[in-house]
Amino acid sequence: MSVPIVRLFVAVVVLFALLVAWTSRWSIFEADDLRANTLDKRPLFTALRVKRGAIKTEDGEVLARSVRTRGGIYERDYPTDSLFGHPVGYAKLVTGELSGLERSRNDELSGTTSELNSIIDQLQGKRRAGNTVVTTLDPEAQRVATDALAGQAGAVFAFDPRDGAVKVMVSSPGYDPNLVNTREGLSPLNTDRENAPLLDRVTQGAYPPGSTFKVVTAAAALDSGKFTPDSTLDGRSGRVVSGVPLRNDFDQDFGDVTLTDALVQSVNTAFGQLGEELGKATMADYMERFGFYRLPPLDYPDSQMIKSGLRSDGRLLPVTSPSVDVGRMAIGQERLLVTPIQMAMVAGAVANGGKLMEPRLTEKVVDPDGRTVKTIEPRQYSQPISEETASELTQMMGRVVEEGTGTAVQLPGIDVAGKTGTAEIDVANDIAQPWFIAFAPATDPQIAIAVTVERTVGGFGGTVAAPIARDVLASLLER
Amino acid sequence: MTARNRELLGLIPASLLVTAGFAAVFIERGSLSQNELSDLSLTYGAIFLGLCLGAHIFLRIALPYADPYLFPLVAVMACFGLVMIYRIDDTLARQQAQWFVVGLLLFAATIVFLRDYRKLEQYRYVIAAGSLVLLCLPRLPVVGAQVNGAYLGIRIPGVMVFQPTEFAKLGIVIFLASYLRDTRQVLVVGARRVLGVTIPPLKHFGPLLAIWGMAMLLLIVIRDLGSSLMFFGAFLALLYVATNRFSFVLIGLVLFGIGGYYLGTHVPHVMDRVDVWMDPLNVQRYPDEGFQIANSLFAQADGGLLGRGFGGALLESPGGSRILPAAQTDLIYALIVNEVGLVGAVALLIVYLLFVERGFKTALLARDSFSTLLAVGLAAVFALQVFVIVGGVTNVIPLTGVTLPFVSYGGSSILANFVLLALLLLVSDKARRPA
Repeated sequence: MSVPIVRLFVAVVVLFALLVAWTSRWSIFEADDLRANTLDKRPLFTALRVKRGAIKTEDGEVLARSVRTRGGIYERDYPTDSLFGHPVGYAKLVTGELSGLERSRNDELSGTTSELNSIIDQLQGKRRAGNTVVTTLDPEAQRVATDALAGQAGAVFAFDPRDGAVKVMVSSPGYDPNLVNTREGLSPLNTDRENAPLLDRVTQGAYPPGSTFKVVTAAAALDSGKFTPDSTLDGRSGRVVSGVPLRNDFDQDFGDVTLTDALVQSVNTAFGQLGEELGKATMADYMERFGFYRLPPLDYPDSQMIKSGLRSDGRLLPVTSPSVDVGRMAIGQERLLVTPIQMAMVAGAVANGGKLMEPRLTEKVVDPDGRTVKTIEPRQYSQPISEETASELTQMMGRVVEEGTGTAVQLPGIDVAGKTGTAEIDVANDIAQPWFIAFAPATDPQIAIAVTVERTVGGFGGTVAAPIARDVLASLLER
Repeated sequence: MTARNRELLGLIPASLLVTAGFAAVFIERGSLSQNELSDLSLTYGAIFLGLCLGAHIFLRIALPYADPYLFPLVAVMACFGLVMIYRIDDTLARQQAQWFVVGLLLFAATIVFLRDYRKLEQYRYVIAAGSLVLLCLPRLPVVGAQVNGAYLGIRIPGVMVFQPTEFAKLGIVIFLASYLRDTRQVLVVGARRVLGVTIPPLKHFGPLLAIWGMAMLLLIVIRDLGSSLMFFGAFLALLYVATNRFSFVLIGLVLFGIGGYYLGTHVPHVMDRVDVWMDPLNVQRYPDEGFQIANSLFAQADGGLLGRGFGGALLESPGGSRILPAAQTDLIYALIVNEVGLVGAVALLIVYLLFVERGFKTALLARDSFSTLLAVGLAAVFALQVFVIVGGVTNVIPLTGVTLPFVSYGGSSILANFVLLALLLLVSDKARRPA
């Protein structure tokens, strides 16, 4: 019986080889797919035992930190409550719900490293810990902006046009990210459709830009070489645009005006004419150069940002579509819907000599031992307009604040360049969307800003939004 | 070097392993100071070594010629399992250690009272009948215990859930070894060849069909594909060794395949198992019947090549719910891959393979047919048990509730496998005894 016994043993060896093969399959060959499977809660639960890095300002103020609770599990704490709810976001690791910086910088915060590095760390007996993210945000200015909005629904976004560092990112109404640790969590906020506190109005709010968009039109007009600041335009009210007469505010008749005056007085008919003469292709080109029709290049979750542009039934509509009324689009009407961050980027490009820098919330990443492991270098996003065009626009926008619609933003000793906007929402009930975009100091720009307030009754960009911008600029520049 | 001295040396790695293992678990928990750490780990190592030495001295006296590697190999499995279980739960490990002591006593008793193990042949029908009754007991009300839809346990209040399959496998191997010793000649001599396939004579084919029917019945009665495969596989292995006719194995496999296919598509519980096996990561089935196998695979992926170290795997969610169910019993192999990686798991499989090899070696050395068939049967059923549970955990075959011998937590498994070891050593001692 010895031959069959040996053969039987060979059969057992084959069966065991099968076991080794299958074990290798799951532990090595298909391990990456399995680890990426969302049914598996191991990576999530492991993350709970790792001390997640903090989010701090450059001055060391803590915006988010991990606190050890029972069972060696860490819970997130947000000492500034609702002040930084939107930009910092929240992290509920048990369910994997993340938002804001907590999400876009999750790899750094959770200390995720490569397989090889983790094996090396393991051999060295190191405990995994997350890195600290240092943000560019300015707590004092953030407070000023929040107070200035005074609970009205709206958004304030301010950044340094020279290096893209975001200083203020306020969306109102805000929310307290500490609520994620409560029993009911964020679900009551999710269902509050009227106030939509979780909506980040800076990057997700789709608003008609009103006359602030005239800066884009003016930039296209000057930069294309077809117009100069002194070009004469038709400022008569009632000029026919796309077959329908267009009226100026209060039906005011400006007669023949220069491009500069048209911007200073925000003359609709003159800009309608500009839009028609420039044409859809040129307008589309310049809008794209400023970042329209693309997600903002912010280090922020893609799912929390939207693209600015013409929208039809919620979908983006190309400028070159036959149905587009380019004349009305040129004054910020038509079906144009933009985000506050997009309008701040327009101001920022003009401020920085035509070069648009990528806005960024992160300054650097620091490891638990205090070493800087990553510095976020300033990056140029595009150059929508030439330096010459930028300088001409700066002068024109400076006059808006000196003598035009934006005088409310004037600051003692600091020259501000800006543009107001008042998008009509409901003419019958006098409901509008006031806007203000600006940068300062005009001679040496350090801050570009966009402010908007939702559904204001009887208000204008110059009277509602400009004072908020003034307060924030004062806070950031008068130190 | 004499066999027993080899055995003594073989126990050293097992003791070192248990000491190092406990030390690793203590370090991971971080609950002890440096001194306590070394003291306590060494204490556990010493107790384990003491128990093994006791058994070794007993073997020196009772079975001086028995195979020297079988017992140390079991010691390695046992200490590996003990560390693993300790890492899951101290209380379970203490109970497991107690079962080891009881197991060793049963081991000694078997060797003392079954010195002439060939007496077993006289009781083969009693043993066979007893085994079948054991297997059917879990279906009875009151005493029966259903686990995950399979009827594998008998509840003995306050003591344990007794798993009759563990003992029945021994009974059935003893019966088959004895039955085939008698009939193996006639099965071959009376055979005819039909279309190139050797068909055994109908008269003797009957009992074989009966055994096939029994395996199928087991599937229906205890609803467990794994145990059924284990029994039937052991039967085929013995049939093959007894007759040296591969065609018999082929016929058996085809019959089992047909039966398995029919049941796999008609018995709801078995159907569920097959569905889960075909698509282990199905999202709909994940919360219920797919939870075990999916998490088994996730745990193995989490382990990778080198594993997370003893105590490094995640067993519970922060809320306290189990994410690796039955980690101490059915899914212990997944936990092993998770903590000591592919490398450690393969090392354990090699230990099992060496044990099986020593079993077959014992069979080759045995001087009479019954001893040979008994050793083959015991080694084969042991190998198949490892294959069924590891294969289930790694999704080679549908996952069923069988223990990993000497490693999984569970009294019945330890006791029965110590009896299995005792029988193998008895056969071996007799075979290697100088004439």
